[in-house]
Amino acid sequence: MAFEIDAKDIHYRQVNELIREAIDQGAREIVLKNVNGQRYLAAGISSEVKIDVYGTPGLDLGAFMRGPNIVVHGNTQDGAGNTMDEGKIVVHGMAGDVVGYAMRGGKIHVASDVGYRVGIHMKAYMDKVPVIIIGGKAGDFLGEYMAGGMIVLLGINSRYEHRPLAGLFLGTGMHGGVIYLRGEIPSYHLGKGLSLEPINKEDEAILEGYLVDYCQDFGLDLQEIIDEKFFKIRPQTHRPYGKLYAY
Amino acid sequence: MASQKENSSAQEPKKKVRKKRLLSKLYPDFIIQRDLEKCIKCKICIRECTYEAHGWDEKREILTEDHAKCVGCHRCEAMCPTGAIVITKNPSAFREHDTWKPWFIKNVYKQADTGGVLLSATGCAVPFRNYWDHLVLDACQVTNPPIDPLREPMELRTFLGPKPDALQVELDDEGRFYLKTKVGPWIKLEVPIMFAAMSYGAISLHVHQGLARAAKELGTLYNTGEGGLHASLYEYGSNTIVQCASGRFGLHVDYLKAGVAIEIKIGQGAKPGIGGHLPGEKVTEEISKTRMIPVGSDALSPAPHHDIYSIEDLRGLIYALKEATEYKKLVFVKIAAVHNAPAIASGIVRAGADVVVLDGLRGGTGAAPTMFRDYVGIPVELALAAVDQRLREEGIRNWASLVISGGIRCSADVVKAIALGADAVYIGTPALIACGCTMCQRCFTGKCPWGIATNNPKLLKRLDPDTAFERIYNLVHGWAHEIQELLGAMGLNSLESLRGNRDKLRAVGLNETELRILGVKHAGE
Amino acid sequence: MDIFIPNKEISGCGLSGIINRQGELVKGELIIESICCQMERGNGLGAGFAAYGIYPEFQEHYCLHIMADSKKALKEVEELLNHHCYMAHQEEIPTRPTPGISSAPRFRRYFVKPRYEGEVRDLCEGTPDEDDYMVNLVMHINTHIDGAYVISSGRNMGAFKGVGFPDQIANFFRLEEYSAYIWTAHNRFPTNTPGWWGGAHPFTILDWSIVHNGEISSYGTNRRYLEMFGYHCTLLTDTEVVAYLLDLLIRRHRLPMEVACTALAPPFWSEIDLMPEPEKTLYTSVRAVYGAAMLNGPFAILFAYNGGLVGLNDRVKLRPLVTAKKGEFYYMASEEAAIRAICPDPDEVWCPKAGEPVIIEMEPNTIPNQRSYLHGQIFDLSTPICRFPAEEEEE
Repeated sequence: MAFEIDAKDIHYRQVNELIREAIDQGAREIVLKNVNGQRYLAAGISSEVKIDVYGTPGLDLGAFMRGPNIVVHGNTQDGAGNTMDEGKIVVHGMAGDVVGYAMRGGKIHVASDVGYRVGIHMKAYMDKVPVIIIGGKAGDFLGEYMAGGMIVLLGINSRYEHRPLAGLFLGTGMHGGVIYLRGEIPSYHLGKGLSLEPINKEDEAILEGYLVDYCQDFGLDLQEIIDEKFFKIRPQTHRPYGKLYAY
Repeated sequence: MASQKENSSAQEPKKKVRKKRLLSKLYPDFIIQRDLEKCIKCKICIRECTYEAHGWDEKREILTEDHAKCVGCHRCEAMCPTGAIVITKNPSAFREHDTWKPWFIKNVYKQADTGGVLLSATGCAVPFRNYWDHLVLDACQVTNPPIDPLREPMELRTFLGPKPDALQVELDDEGRFYLKTKVGPWIKLEVPIMFAAMSYGAISLHVHQGLARAAKELGTLYNTGEGGLHASLYEYGSNTIVQCASGRFGLHVDYLKAGVAIEIKIGQGAKPGIGGHLPGEKVTEEISKTRMIPVGSDALSPAPHHDIYSIEDLRGLIYALKEATEYKKLVFVKIAAVHNAPAIASGIVRAGADVVVLDGLRGGTGAAPTMFRDYVGIPVELALAAVDQRLREEGIRNWASLVISGGIRCSADVVKAIALGADAVYIGTPALIACGCTMCQRCFTGKCPWGIATNNPKLLKRLDPDTAFERIYNLVHGWAHEIQELLGAMGLNSLESLRGNRDKLRAVGLNETELRILGVKHAGE
Repeated sequence: MDIFIPNKEISGCGLSGIINRQGELVKGELIIESICCQMERGNGLGAGFAAYGIYPEFQEHYCLHIMADSKKALKEVEELLNHHCYMAHQEEIPTRPTPGISSAPRFRRYFVKPRYEGEVRDLCEGTPDEDDYMVNLVMHINTHIDGAYVISSGRNMGAFKGVGFPDQIANFFRLEEYSAYIWTAHNRFPTNTPGWWGGAHPFTILDWSIVHNGEISSYGTNRRYLEMFGYHCTLLTDTEVVAYLLDLLIRRHRLPMEVACTALAPPFWSEIDLMPEPEKTLYTSVRAVYGAAMLNGPFAILFAYNGGLVGLNDRVKLRPLVTAKKGEFYYMASEEAAIRAICPDPDEVWCPKAGEPVIIEMEPNTIPNQRSYLHGQIFDLSTPICRFPAEEEEE
């Protein structure tokens, strides 16, 4: 039985208290109804609870969280998955700017578009490899300063017909991790020193593994997605600024 | 008189030849220290020293030193294969006196020795307050984010030239906006740092070639100075400012058309109000060709342009140059920063100049009378602040760009200059130091042991054009990055948002008058 | 030159705006609810509202909202207005005691027209020159009358602002009693100095009103640029420059709205270098000539005028802005939640691109004194003028 919380006109602090109480009482599934703009939902929660969010959650959804599986039935605002550690955020709409900032583990699946600076400074360590999969298009600075993990940009479900798949300065300052694009973008969209490479068998296998899960979340046909040509972007060096200084 | 009397009263039949003693040679500025244990007597120091401070005693088979000839250029020290030489300040001291410092005593000796005018090179050496060192910059904390130039765009592009107050924009038949106003010509700079006028003759051809190439690679301009343009440099035209000074050396219509701008040099910060002399010793075959004067003859630039005795005459020359070049070139007018600089600058703008250049008290030179170098003109920081404000008050700041020079030593100085209101700066001395100059201040001798301020064919070889290019390029490249970092820390991602933005400056330790002139608040306010 | 310019304030705030393209009136409650949804974005040190279409009975007169510290200041303003204006009406701006609001200054409104003297009277009366006259008058009051500030000066519009949370300011000014076809609102989080009533948003000149989230790091450059054109910044907040820049670029220089927005948030040189002509020359010139008008630093702004509402982000999008549409209503806010609070079921929700303005103008001939600046056809209202979404027009 899902534990239901009506968030209408309730301050985020109280919503989070109710969530924590429910978890303490053993709830494995929580449903948040009438959410509108409450920030920091499920922030810092270390528990493998499922949270269904109805409405528009506010900034920093799931920040620092370790474990929860959040499903947003709508759009999210900026900063979703800020520095998240483990768990998953599934957004059945679009997400705002700075999604998955400094994310160190877990997954973020977005059905539609994302804003600017998504996946900035994601990092991977040992077995923790964060993954962001975006169904729509992305604004400028996607994967900026990326240090690890994976971003997949599909461009299949966008409200912005005339925008490019990804904005400018894609992967700028990238020194780890990988970005996969479904389709091409002009080279001047790429950060300094980066280039598009075709993917190989190994990439295909990795991608497929993650996309199966993504397709399940949104009821999509995997074959249709992977029939299109993918490209990858990898950092040229792990020390992009090694020659910057004079001693 | 007294000595004559003495001589005549002594009834010696044979006239005793009076031995002339040069007092200035008795107290050398530097001491050449040679570590005899390390010295292998290879005599490289003798070959390297163009001032003949090192010698060889055949009899004793030892190296000798004439300390009085040492100018402190450190060439011997740098080239000694065993590190046996150290050049130090002469520790021999006069009795301490705060008014009669050794500098003044020695200068009196020199003039008493020769009856001449004291000559120096580089810029003002008197420790007047350096305003750059009393200005600090702002940085973002919390309320807005600093911007990281490594990953975000950080734009330094600058356009020099007059800008209209407003643009007229209309829709074309295809529904696209287009510009109806006629604008330009403008000069595009990718970094707001240009290379100041240093003539071929004052500096070597190789340095000129290095400057030209660096300007091209950096997307900026270098300035020919008034020595004409060597044939090998015409290919760098789109990065060249040709200078038109009072001497008009090598100035012909091809020269005027060779660059993207023509600079009328009215004055120079190192020596406002006087002309210049390139001594005949420096006028070699190649220089004679470029300057179009005979080999070995002095190249003399008068104090004024003899076609400019007033501001309306300046307008005359500006438009003569514009006509001759079909209005395709920008005309710069460079003045030394003097007391009345704001009013003069206003007149220059109204006379039709596209760019006004202010060269400050600390502006460098290859040769200037010491009294001028050290005591004529005002610091460019104050002149810049006053001129920028004056032009704004008159509503003519957009009519011309404002460039400053004289005493820029690092990228922070550039940033401060732009925050005070400059569009761009010129650097001269830093480019020479990049090439190895040690500031020995003897450029006028033509003996520069580093191969920079000389065109002696033998010395020229000591600095090849590739090295000059690479080192100058590196310097400005490093500065440009530092400027980007400083801009980013202030939360700006484009240089135009710093221009005239005195809110980004605070002063430390300046008085109210100075604050008012600079238009800057004191730190803590 | 006075160098002792007090510190400008900088702030991180919440914005909300509504426009109805058919001129349908929107009750004050709605905008209050929207801005209060973003309570977290303010800290109680400032809030404000701009409302268009609220003075139909004096729609031909400029309405001066004056804030004054003292009776004396107010009297000085009145003397000045009596000399320089025809006055149709004046009254106290209705307020009510509100818990949490203390030591409020005095607020009065004056409905005036310029009074030209001598031979220029026939020449200037009823012409666009009246706008310049009013700008000068506002600058004069702000710079010369101690303790008096013009809070707004447009026709058929007004700004209401002060120190407090948005619900408090709305209650204080009884905003639920007003209805407008355009509303903007601001919730403030000033950071550098304590808020003061004049420093709250919106900032206005003529019928331009602006609310702003972010910091204008180029303030010093912008302020000195504006001074060359006779605008003087007296309200100690960086946002003030935006109102004057809009007036200068759009009304006085007659730049099309789209181009003016480009001057405020220009494309990068790397983008301009890749543009085809005539855009390349145009935008190179815009940046070279209007470089000092560029707003640098993170910002999202909403600005309104008699006939339109515009949302604009800085060119690297460092502040949030969300827009939505429902029928003829358009909404712009810092957070989607602020829109959904008053329009739970919009037809469309979208995030504008960095530096790309969202310009919503009313249908032609919808309201009195209507202005349109799209395509630069100032005062010409014969063309369709809605631009939404921006992409649709790219072809």
